[in-house]
Amino acid sequence: MVSEPDRPGTELRPLRVAVVGSGPTGFYVAEHLFRQPGVVVEVDMFDRLPTPYGLVRGGVAPDHQKIKAVTAAFEKVAANPRFRFYGGVELDTTVTVDDLRRHYHQIVYCTGAQTDRRMGIPGEDLAGSHAATEFVAWYNGHPDYQDRRFDLSVERAAVIGVGNVAIDVARILCRSPEELATTDIADNALEELRRSRVREVYLIGRRGPAQAAFTNPEIKEVGELADADVIVPPDEAELDPVSRAAVERTQDRATSKKVEIIQSYARRAPSGKSRRLILRFLLSPVEVIGDEAGRVIALKLVRTRLEATPTGALQAKPTDRFETLPVGLVFRSVGYRGVPLPGVPFNDAWGVILNEKGRVLEAATKQPVCGEYVAGWIKRGPTGVIGTNKPDAAETVACMFEDLAEGRTLEPREPDPVAVECLVRQRQPRYVGYPDWLRLNEIEVSKGRPSGRPRVKFTSVEEMLAAIGIGSVTRGTGAGS
Amino acid sequence: MNIASILAKKGGQVFTVGPAHTIRDALSLLAEHNVGALLVVDGANHPVGMLSERDVVRRLARHDTVLDETVESLMTTTLIVGTPGDDLVSVGQTMVEKHIRHLPVMDGGSLVGLVSIGDVVKAQRDHYQGEVDTLQTVLLETPGAPASER
Repeated sequence: MVSEPDRPGTELRPLRVAVVGSGPTGFYVAEHLFRQPGVVVEVDMFDRLPTPYGLVRGGVAPDHQKIKAVTAAFEKVAANPRFRFYGGVELDTTVTVDDLRRHYHQIVYCTGAQTDRRMGIPGEDLAGSHAATEFVAWYNGHPDYQDRRFDLSVERAAVIGVGNVAIDVARILCRSPEELATTDIADNALEELRRSRVREVYLIGRRGPAQAAFTNPEIKEVGELADADVIVPPDEAELDPVSRAAVERTQDRATSKKVEIIQSYARRAPSGKSRRLILRFLLSPVEVIGDEAGRVIALKLVRTRLEATPTGALQAKPTDRFETLPVGLVFRSVGYRGVPLPGVPFNDAWGVILNEKGRVLEAATKQPVCGEYVAGWIKRGPTGVIGTNKPDAAETVACMFEDLAEGRTLEPREPDPVAVECLVRQRQPRYVGYPDWLRLNEIEVSKGRPSGRPRVKFTSVEEMLAAIGIGSVTRGTGAGS
Repeated sequence: MNIASILAKKGGQVFTVGPAHTIRDALSLLAEHNVGALLVVDGANHPVGMLSERDVVRRLARHDTVLDETVESLMTTTLIVGTPGDDLVSVGQTMVEKHIRHLPVMDGGSLVGLVSIGDVVKAQRDHYQGEVDTLQTVLLETPGAPASER
């Protein structure tokens, strides 16, 4: 297929691909592209931050270093001589989609889901009510979130949602300073959490234990915290008849195990640890209540009951029973949502770029936009674990090679790596290449060594650039630095 | 994983046909869109049935006049309708148990998509594959150190 002389993908004329976003999906896309036999591919990866790895660096909890170790696989991809990283280069502000079209045969958007879903209830914007994702980005040292303030002087906090992000937030709030001190949590967050007076953290699910989205290792882990007891009200740990029937019907072992773990917590007697993580089920928030100063003082919840839909899935329906929980902090963690990219068709219903199996579609005709693709959360929505993005990326890459074989690629005027580098240098002289990142990484890791931490993160872009010597120094165009 | 994550990458297009159309019309739609089944909708765009290749072939084996018959006379009317939030474990189980191959999806009274048993199986396979991959990473990789140090 690539034997045709005018088709890109040869030594002389490599297939040039721009990957926008350097999270796990971006790297899985690059990996699949490089693996295709008989096609020579060059991948340029762009990220708005100077650092790669997206939510592995900025989302995965600092006490989950084993999950963060997935970056070893990404480093192998980046070691390919046909791979380039352009960090600190934002789509639209630094380079535009039109720029990319001028330099690449194919463009893949892997920008993830950059905003959180709101609860849509009164009081959501009171002081002390936050998106869980902002707290996560803050404790992970994301430069854009270091100015956020979370009032940890309150005694009780509620996390709305029972996914892995929700449980991360609850767990981090319940960790002792000693536990956190051995992680790569941002220094600023470590200091604030050291002074935290939060003693009770509620994790609140609309549905029951069998429908909780967190995975089993996560729920098991909260039972082993050094200085926090995990508590579940026994009546809420019990399965209602519809859930019991559903668990028996689907024979899903992971779900049975999850219920078993939660029920074992319900039978535990508190051991007098200084913090409490309390799992609550079948409750849905209806209002965040504030005091006269506009600060969160409580959360009003409605008791729910489960009903089976025609497909057998269980949905929560509100009852007429309410409960008020006195809390000073509320973190909503009810899902992420993709944001549109300028000039790229968006599917508002699902919060993703309009696509079919990863091919971007034109809004009006629903026909593929030539040369533009999407993968990961911005393609299918925010579901699954890191590894779920691998088969997802494979599906997109299969479409890309199918289109290449049919001759459906962009016809860039300058499919030239040097031209791109010049363009980026001109627009963003302080961009970060992969070798720069490796140096930054090494500095972070060595800063952590004396205190036995995996790394000490830089939490501002200026600090990062200064550390690797491209702070205020401007790299000249074409200087070959 | 729920139905929404399947619909998100299906482009939002549902191929439909009216109950009064002929099988001839329906077959040309199947060919044109390269699909195996059409959702039959009434004037208000509400699903009333499903017409699949299989329905047509079965009738054709006995009556070769099938092309001029109406969609309504051949369609399957035992529809199960899903909602975007339905989880795929339950959906898959129900489709297998009730021998349903296509599931129209409604959200707040409007039709938002159609998922096939193939979509559900693929999504579940990818989901499990992803979990296995992540678990292997956790079990096999040494945390903390960059690859170059190992």
